Amino acid sequence: MAFDSFADFLAMGRHGFYVWSAYGISALLIIASMVLAVRGQGRVRQTLARQQRREQQFSEVDDESGT
Amino acid sequence: MVWKTLKRWYHQLGSPRYFYTFSSTVLPWLTPIALLTLVTGLVWGLAFAPADYQQGNSYRIIFIHVPASSGALMGYMALGVAGLVAVVWRMKMAEVMLKAIAPFGAALAAISLVTGALWGKPTWGTYWQWDARMTSMLILLFMYVGVIALQNVIRDPRQAARAAGLLAMVGVINVVIVKYSVEWVQTLHQGSTLKMFGESTIDPAMKYPLLISMLGLWLLYAANVLIRARSEVMWRERRSKWVGKLVREGNR
Repeated sequence: MAFDSFADFLAMGRHGFYVWSAYGISALLIIASMVLAVRGQGRVRQTLARQQRREQQFSEVDDESGT
Repeated sequence: MVWKTLKRWYHQLGSPRYFYTFSSTVLPWLTPIALLTLVTGLVWGLAFAPADYQQGNSYRIIFIHVPASSGALMGYMALGVAGLVAVVWRMKMAEVMLKAIAPFGAALAAISLVTGALWGKPTWGTYWQWDARMTSMLILLFMYVGVIALQNVIRDPRQAARAAGLLAMVGVINVVIVKYSVEWVQTLHQGSTLKMFGESTIDPAMKYPLLISMLGLWLLYAANVLIRARSEVMWRERRSKWVGKLVREGNR
């Protein structure tokens, strides 16, 4: 450890504000980009699954009406 | 021999379906390894590396600032290559990559600027200076945003890729300017202390955590690109049989 106590670690020798806001903003942006990427994948799958269900329904209706 | 292997990779990874299967096997490993590496490097740098003899503890911003900046620059180089391949050979996967590489690169460029400003205040006494390094880095962020915006504005994906690809290629010049801005002109920003060739001038106790965080963040970038590319491939190939089957079976 380069610090004597946890309070020391947080204080970063009077530069705590700069160090921690730099890391805070970085974490926020990185996490947001990862979450958006994963969410995008889920969205594409959902849209395609919905389309597939709709097409299936249409083909069933066609079968019943005998066309 | 090497040429043949490269050519085979080009054709295999150029196939959307092959890419999808390939990334399915890589991602479950890549993402956790990337996160673990990044966290290791950052904890080491923040808590265990020694303080700088001049800057004290504010220098610890380096462990995110340098990995983010280098990641943003490398990402843009990759974007330029994807742009070239998309514009000249109209390869589908290059168009997909053009879309997948940009978002995380833009985030890294923003991180580079913000952490740089927060490091500059206690060290140089100012958050910002319109000098060569900082201005060219700001332009890099704008280039990323421009590539993303072009793809969102143009409806036809193939035409969008062509326009974005051209912008990506042109922007590579700016990457060269960023890289050499600290050597060619007087700037507030220091030169690089990490050297690919020759001896680094950074202390090993700081170098190792820095290299580890760098590796971690680059791997995470790769994971991010793969995830985004997979969604894009799936969407573009939505009318193909293999995607239909994938959706029906609910497989990953």
